[in-house]
Amino acid sequence: MSAGTPSAMRPLLLKSFTATSCIGLGLEQTFESLRAQRSGLKSCKFETVDIDTHIGEVPGVDAVRLPAEQSRFDCRNNRLAELALRQDGFLEAVERATGRWSRRRIGVFIGTSTAGILQTELAYRERDRVTGALPASFEYSATHNSFSVADYLRQRLHLEGPAAAVSCACASSAKVFGSARRMIEAGIIDAALIGGVDSLCLTTLYGFHSLQLSSPLPCRPFDVARDGISIGEAAAFAFLERPSAELESDDVLLLGVGESSDAYHMSAPHPEGHGARRAMQAALRAAGLDPGAIDYINLHGTGTPSNDRSESHAVTSVFGPTTPGSSTKGATGHTLGAAGALEAVISAIALRNGFMPGGVHTTQIDPTLTAFYLRENRRAPVSHVLSNSFGFGGTNCSLIFGRAG
Amino acid sequence: MTLSAYISGIGVLGPGLANWHEAAAVLSGRSAYSPARTVLHTPALLPPAERRRTGRVVKLALAVALEASSHANVNPAHLASVFSSSGGDGHNCHELCRALALENREISPTRFANSVHNAAAGYWSIATGAKLESNVLCAFDASFCAGLLEAMTQVAVDGESLLLVAYDTEYPEPIHAKRPVPDAFGTALVLTPERKLDSLARIEVTLEDDPPDTMSDPVLESLRLSIPAARGLPLLGQLARSQAGRTVLEYLDVSRIVVQVEPCI
Repeated sequence: MSAGTPSAMRPLLLKSFTATSCIGLGLEQTFESLRAQRSGLKSCKFETVDIDTHIGEVPGVDAVRLPAEQSRFDCRNNRLAELALRQDGFLEAVERATGRWSRRRIGVFIGTSTAGILQTELAYRERDRVTGALPASFEYSATHNSFSVADYLRQRLHLEGPAAAVSCACASSAKVFGSARRMIEAGIIDAALIGGVDSLCLTTLYGFHSLQLSSPLPCRPFDVARDGISIGEAAAFAFLERPSAELESDDVLLLGVGESSDAYHMSAPHPEGHGARRAMQAALRAAGLDPGAIDYINLHGTGTPSNDRSESHAVTSVFGPTTPGSSTKGATGHTLGAAGALEAVISAIALRNGFMPGGVHTTQIDPTLTAFYLRENRRAPVSHVLSNSFGFGGTNCSLIFGRAG
Repeated sequence: MTLSAYISGIGVLGPGLANWHEAAAVLSGRSAYSPARTVLHTPALLPPAERRRTGRVVKLALAVALEASSHANVNPAHLASVFSSSGGDGHNCHELCRALALENREISPTRFANSVHNAAAGYWSIATGAKLESNVLCAFDASFCAGLLEAMTQVAVDGESLLLVAYDTEYPEPIHAKRPVPDAFGTALVLTPERKLDSLARIEVTLEDDPPDTMSDPVLESLRLSIPAARGLPLLGQLARSQAGRTVLEYLDVSRIVVQVEPCI
């Protein structure tokens, strides 16, 4: 039995998109950092964290203020979402879209792994010494709960269609494309705000450290000496709708979504990358493309020994050893639940600009990894990009984007 | 596109409701409802190493998922899945937050791996060998309907048979005071695009603004209101009575999901 999306899908237009991470606020800064092969990873000074590791922290998040009507949503995660909304005229683009589509028929699907759990971590330090109670100011539903960021965005932007947080660990904000695609295809909605938002917190910093999966150095995907991830934070959004008849040639389309499960282990990928392979094959099937049509692969490429080995096996088994691929996590860090959406936007930048970003921090490619890993930037026409996202629990999602012309 | 599917298997586990058979008797009025704390068992279908690591939320989700797929007489490995929960594993979350508030901040790697919202979906996939797509959602109090809508679109658009699992367990104090879910409740439905020999009902789903259905029994109504996964009780009641008709379920704000039920038997 074949896995994944069974049939070809109708393409959807990324009408507008934006991304904010440690390499830039918005598209221009992000592209500029990628072009300069500049990493945003720095030695960890976040909060009171005392781990020897590098992180991708977005500057200025603490200074962001949410609109007064949405003040109960105030937390680092929603501030990061707000900061990203304000870039590239994205907020205005969503407002314009509500003139084209009924608010009731615009869905909101946002990927996150930890939402605003930092609020709860901080509130636990403030527990009442006698009763153990959390401080009265602590807001569970608008900060800690996974839905909080999706709810924030629907209230902030007055969107009234179906909504959910997708929380499948590090595949979360790749899978939102699948949810939106099905809802649009089913005719329940006409358009969707989709994206991913994940922010730094103690749970993930100490958690990956406890699993010995975080590196003391900036992460080095596909390097022979790679020794773990660098945790980052990001918010990235796209507004998806059915393409109209007249498309500009550099409009970006979502062409394929492929999803699968490993059925193998909670926190380790299948060693041969079988689940990843099925996700990529399903995405190609949905897009109606042969592997040879893919010009560039934005790898999941976390920089752990096991992830990169597994992914390299899977990529080689589908594409052979010549399709260029790179991980942009050496620049941005692993932004966990936001990685799928962030890397979807990086894929769109690659398509628009005929640009394949070389992976930074990787100095000596692991000779046992057979997939073609790009270390230098490459300028060449890019028609189709595949982007991989895999998560704990063995959940996999591959996306294919293409230029309209 | 009409959003329709056939329900071919049901699982239920909640306070005083040990399985669908018992729940159907209560919901159809054949038995009186006697609430009692939800009893969760360690899932036998997991490998021993994984079994030791599972908390209440995984036990709950796997129990109803297994009941529904057995009831539907399908191999769960052949089902795609949608898991939807308003909160995930509250006890595990409490232990992590408690440890992170201490001086040395040492946390258990197993607790961290189990803290992902898709832990139950991951364990289900490992236990059954299910390798198809699995999506995991949260929509706070609207999580049941968010899961139902996601599942119905997947069945209708991709023509796949699918397992929907909606489940919630309680947080311990001090989070409990802020999110007072009282106990564990879960339900699972096997949805198929076509009618099978043993399909129970055809359902069709639309988004409307009608006032939501409530439970006539005040104790069941309080269950519906206090645990998000139990917001699907009016639909389970309609299925238990094997009656044709429409059920209106609470979703987001004023929007509702109307489920038109036509029994197959």
